[in-house]
Amino acid sequence: MKEIVIISGKGGTGKTSLAASFAYLGGKDVVVADCDVDAADMHLLLEPDFKFPEDFFSGELAYIEQDRCIQCGKCEDVCRFDAITHNNLKFIVDLISCEGCGYCARVCPANAIINIKPNVGKWYISTIKTGSIMVHARLGIGAGNSGKLVAKVKNKAKEIAEDEFKEFIIVDGSPGIGCPVVSSLSGASFVVLVTEPSVSGFHDLKRVYELVHKFKIRTACIINKVDLNFSITAEIEEFLEEEKILLIGKLPYNEDFTAAMTYGQTIVEYSNGYLRDLVVNSWEKIKQALINIKYLK
Amino acid sequence: MTNHRPLKIAIASGKGGTGKTTLATNLASYLAEKMEVVLIDLDVEEPNSGLFIQGDLNHEEDKFKMVPVWVEDQCTLCGICQKVCNFHALIQLGKMIMVFPELCHGCYACSELCPESALPMVPKKMGKLVHYKNHQLHFIESRLEIGEEQAVPLIRQTRKYIDEHFKNEIICIYDAPPGTSCPVIEATKDADIVILVTEPTPFGLHDLKLAIETMIKLNKRIGVVLNRYGIGNDDVLNYCEEEGIPVLAKIPNSRHIAELYSQGKLIYRITSEVKNEFDKIISNLGILIN
Repeated sequence: MKEIVIISGKGGTGKTSLAASFAYLGGKDVVVADCDVDAADMHLLLEPDFKFPEDFFSGELAYIEQDRCIQCGKCEDVCRFDAITHNNLKFIVDLISCEGCGYCARVCPANAIINIKPNVGKWYISTIKTGSIMVHARLGIGAGNSGKLVAKVKNKAKEIAEDEFKEFIIVDGSPGIGCPVVSSLSGASFVVLVTEPSVSGFHDLKRVYELVHKFKIRTACIINKVDLNFSITAEIEEFLEEEKILLIGKLPYNEDFTAAMTYGQTIVEYSNGYLRDLVVNSWEKIKQALINIKYLK
Repeated sequence: MTNHRPLKIAIASGKGGTGKTTLATNLASYLAEKMEVVLIDLDVEEPNSGLFIQGDLNHEEDKFKMVPVWVEDQCTLCGICQKVCNFHALIQLGKMIMVFPELCHGCYACSELCPESALPMVPKKMGKLVHYKNHQLHFIESRLEIGEEQAVPLIRQTRKYIDEHFKNEIICIYDAPPGTSCPVIEATKDADIVILVTEPTPFGLHDLKLAIETMIKLNKRIGVVLNRYGIGNDDVLNYCEEEGIPVLAKIPNSRHIAELYSQGKLIYRITSEVKNEFDKIISNLGILIN
């Protein structure tokens, strides 16, 4: 079983549209994991049935039991996040600022602070329109801990893929280089970077690749919207060659990406021409690369 | 006390790639033709505003977070540090305490609860802040070190830099990270107004709803700027109308804009149509405030 993680650094490069297309092309050989839990959009293209929802509790938040509080102020003193404030009547915790370190509860002489495990979102195991399984989630509004929810979604997808002898897991990762991205990368067999030839697209690609490189995972890249800027496309290609990143697709700037989305379809369903062929070809190249990795080992 | 209203405008979005940076850099540059403006890139994981702004370097500084360091000969291996760390940022392995600074939130619990003072806190570089100046425009960017997982402490320190260096009456425009989780919340924390940039597509609408819910929960005044207007459908506009959320401007979908953006160029002057939309944002902001 191979885990293919699709990320982009920068948002809006076409990452989710492509990941959903690969999920569609992979059909029943694939388990899908939408790990962009902040802004999960894959369900808009793959029609999951949301059949098995489960609450996700993670981390801790401090809660002060007022009847036991002796108003000594120790909690406020030790809190490095300014999450505890007081007025004449009582000490309270600002749940948005609380990082859940639990320090206040440990030093409270009256044992008045308890740690509650907050519900930070929901995750689902769904059947999607290809008949395959997708694990996805919705992060609670204003909740932290997205890295943990990403790990949950990914591990569940892995379990299902192993139990059902599926060949691939396709992971749609989040933008950026922080904890949710690190969480999506851990344990991956193959990374596909989706970029665009703009100064920001290229800038973000280099940063996210530096992170991927630390994980020593085999990496490929798709350049989307190539005709928007041919000179940056050339620079990106040069960069990929230097870093020995496999270039598996160059796609044109094409509003079919948006049109397909408007119909709730993946690009490979919506487009039957040139664009579809290019996406299919990229998917074939990913599969080929994974076979090659197997032989190398 | 000053009579001026502090004006901190955060530019955010649920979905990435909708045009936050485009709006932030263009709005800041346009306003800076008339007044002093501070543009702050708080998307510290992937800061892009600097690619669109020129200026002279005014100041730079490394940013640090405090993390514990293990002093072996003072340690009695009592195990308290490992027990009190909720983030698994330190573990005891045999006769060793291993610290994982990337996971540390800097709560000081291990350090201060260690009975032997064997875990003093030391600064660790997590990123770098730069401050550029171009006439009336100040540009401040913070950039997270690769491998550093937490954006929040760097965003917090960057906001602090702004508070310490600029008076309240100067307009500050914050380019926030995408999404709805902790980095966005930190970046919009002291904003008077949050402008959510979206595109008229199903992804745009879905993520906009999440962003709106988040900002409502944080009691923020919000306005929406619709980018790439003309592509997709009218669902976003209808939604905003139903919910009574003001749409401040509609920036047209145009390949020409996409091309200029790809080259790192500003767009607010390219056509009178586009300039008009920026004028609308500015006049609508006035309405939003009062």
